[in-house]
Amino acid sequence: MTRLQIEDLTVSFVQYERGLRRRVVPGLAGMDLDVAPGEVVALVGASGAGKSLLAHAVLGLLPPNAVESGRVVVDGFEAAPADRRRFAGRDVVLLPQSVTYLDPVAPVGRQIRRAARLAGLADPAAAAASALHRRGLGAEVLGRYPHELSGGMARRVLVAMALLGRPRIIIADEPTPGLQQESAEAVLDELRARADDGCGVVLITHDLVAALPVSDRIVICEEGRTVDVAAPQDFTGDGERLRHPYTRALWRALPANGLRLPAVGEVA
Amino acid sequence: MTTAETVVSGAALRLPDRRRRTLWWIASALVVVAAVVVAGTAAVDTAQATSLTERNLAPSWGHPFGTDRLGRDVLARTLAGLRLSLVVGTLAALVSAAIAVVLACAAAVFGGIVDRIVCWLVDAFLALPHLVLLILLAFALGGGTHAVVVAVALTHWPTLTRVLRGQARQVVGSDYVAIARGLGSSAPAIAAGHLARHLLGHVVVGTVLLFPHAILHEAALSFLGLGVDPAEPSIGVLLAESMRYLTAGAWWLALLPGLCLLIVVKLVDTIGENARALVDPRSVHL
Amino acid sequence: MLTTVLASLLAEIARRILRLVLLLAAVAVASFVLMVNSPVDPISVYVGADIAAIGPQQRALIAERWGFNDPPLERFGAWLGNLLQGDLGYSLTFNQPVGEVIAQRFLTSLALMAVAWLLSGVIGFGLGLLAGVHRGRTLDRVVTWWAYTLASAPTFWVGLLLLYVFSVWLGWTPLCCAVPVGVVADEVDLLDRIHHLLLPAVTLSIVGVAPVVLHTRQAVVEAMESDFVAFARAQGESTSGLVLHRVLRNAAAPALLLQFSSWGELFGGSVLAEQVFSYPGLGAATTQAALAQDVPLLLGIALFTTVFVFVGNQLGDLVHAWVDPRVRRPRLTAGRGVRARALAEEAA
Repeated sequence: MTRLQIEDLTVSFVQYERGLRRRVVPGLAGMDLDVAPGEVVALVGASGAGKSLLAHAVLGLLPPNAVESGRVVVDGFEAAPADRRRFAGRDVVLLPQSVTYLDPVAPVGRQIRRAARLAGLADPAAAAASALHRRGLGAEVLGRYPHELSGGMARRVLVAMALLGRPRIIIADEPTPGLQQESAEAVLDELRARADDGCGVVLITHDLVAALPVSDRIVICEEGRTVDVAAPQDFTGDGERLRHPYTRALWRALPANGLRLPAVGEVA
Repeated sequence: MTTAETVVSGAALRLPDRRRRTLWWIASALVVVAAVVVAGTAAVDTAQATSLTERNLAPSWGHPFGTDRLGRDVLARTLAGLRLSLVVGTLAALVSAAIAVVLACAAAVFGGIVDRIVCWLVDAFLALPHLVLLILLAFALGGGTHAVVVAVALTHWPTLTRVLRGQARQVVGSDYVAIARGLGSSAPAIAAGHLARHLLGHVVVGTVLLFPHAILHEAALSFLGLGVDPAEPSIGVLLAESMRYLTAGAWWLALLPGLCLLIVVKLVDTIGENARALVDPRSVHL
Repeated sequence: MLTTVLASLLAEIARRILRLVLLLAAVAVASFVLMVNSPVDPISVYVGADIAAIGPQQRALIAERWGFNDPPLERFGAWLGNLLQGDLGYSLTFNQPVGEVIAQRFLTSLALMAVAWLLSGVIGFGLGLLAGVHRGRTLDRVVTWWAYTLASAPTFWVGLLLLYVFSVWLGWTPLCCAVPVGVVADEVDLLDRIHHLLLPAVTLSIVGVAPVVLHTRQAVVEAMESDFVAFARAQGESTSGLVLHRVLRNAAAPALLLQFSSWGELFGGSVLAEQVFSYPGLGAATTQAALAQDVPLLLGIALFTTVFVFVGNQLGDLVHAWVDPRVRRPRLTAGRGVRARALAEEAA
């Protein structure tokens, strides 16, 4: 039994370009992913590979001009987009990536309390205060507006909002970039701890190195397609234990590994 | 991510092709507007012909829009009035667009004090209600058709100037203009070269969208008695005359000419909005 | 800290007042130049229908008395001098000082404009919200089409139709004026006034609704596509919850700003609506002044409406700042530290 199973998920968009010619823009070209309870699965790929789109598809957040095919199974239940909307917030939560995911005209406290109510908590006010406190933020943050937060504070507020309840699946969309080392580690440790409690965690990131210590498996995607699954311990040395050439190229391109750019033809 | 033109079936794709629909709208609106101008020109004489035996008649087959207190055919008067509206609208839109282009380009190219003067001028012209400004101008010019045309033409440029100035500043601020300047091109040469190409679409759309405002303002001034000579058939004059016979139940005098004006204004607006969709497709996504 | 805030506030107020003074000066000079160069003969205007009975000597006397022969600059100086003392001149049309005419007439118009303004704001915001939330569906198409059609409709024509249907045909509303004809002012009760106000106000609001609808719809569409609405949906927020907790406030700021900056259009509309319904407000007075070539009154109205539009814009800015915390609470000096730290974190 898996927490989340995604099979051959494709998403494309209908768009109009200059001159109003209609185009179909492919977003996801075939994503496969599964997460068991207690697992952190990292979804790694270059930006534009469709990682965030996958998160939005799983939560049923795609815009009306999106066309979708494939299967999304949540705890053994095959979920159509409408079902995914029902799961969103309580069973499946999103940990978004930047301050733009906070309402610019509402105080932080009001937004957290609303999230707590939606997560089904009994005392939203108390939950909001304690969620901030646990992440090292004082009660004065409740009265602030998003534009008055630093980048790190905004990220901690987002973590507090996303992880208020007891979700079964957490989809973390680039939760660490831009954070200082210790804050980033705190976020990743919290995700690891949630997984150890039985959650399934999908960690979407382009930062392979940061993902390795906390992940159970690494799924590599390229141009809207998942191309490889590897174990974290395979990422050692020159990458000789990695099977897929794109995965190997990603690993070798890291600064610590010599910043070698893949030669033409090496990437399939 | 790659883009490709493919045909995919699915719920979201059951839309008519927007490009074709847009072009169809523009073409048919243009045909109707042209037909109004031709019919209006042909109806000028009929519009003034009085017939004392056929006064204040309700619409019939002989007079689809009825007749007025002097037995003049309201349909002919409406067509002649619409033609006048379109002429005033065209003149006003062209003059205003020309002013807007010159001011916006000057502001963007020369910047500094010129830019501030242009912005202040725009603010100053928007400082009092547009209709009050029109009334002042029409009054100062002594009233009559020429006064309305001048007043309407001279007051519709501020908003378009604001839009074009923003666009022009983007072009001037872009890298390749800096390069052109570095290579020794003078400021006016830069304006001629780059701005013309980038602003053309916005100018065309902006000009078409000025049209409806200009037409409605001409009608308003004429309705108030401050515009077109009452002897000339203008929609505003027709509606002002209709007011006196409204209590007597002559609804056709007001309803049909006004409706025709609305349709013509909406047609021109449709042309403008559809042209905008061609220039800036983001504005019409779903 | 508090003193710097106070100082910057005072500086801002001073800056805006200076702006108004500059605008008023520009409007005064421009209007005066227009009036002086008008081909209208001021003496025949002053004398009216008896012009034929007046000889050249009397003409010269009148010109002397009213200063029509002085150089324009001198006349402008005299007018400006009186203006600065609060004297806007004398309206021959109403046989009253211009200041009094404007004050009385504006109060009458105010009731009309306030009702229309509130109606168009509330209805426009509601319809724009509906259309924006149901973007692309039939409801949106109908509302948008209707708004665009209204934007193309002449105000006075809408007024004429309403007048015909409700006053002539159904007889529900009066045919003209602000109070019943032939009734002493003291005996007019509030109900009568409202009865007379109804149709002109509805006319004015019907036409004013269109821009509010289209603007609100745009703001709602933008909010619905935003990241923060996506996150709220990810938390399981329903569509009505999204509207109530996220979209409403975000769309309110631009809608309010537009509604306050539309006072110029509102006054223009009232000129036309008052003409249709013979409603004795400032709008009708503007038309009468222009038709009767009452120059002092026209100049007074030009200056007054400039202030009116300016006040609307300033209120719009205030309300916008009140609704949008990014405007109300920009990061001051203390906030810079936060921002610097945020940037440092980003760079790390």
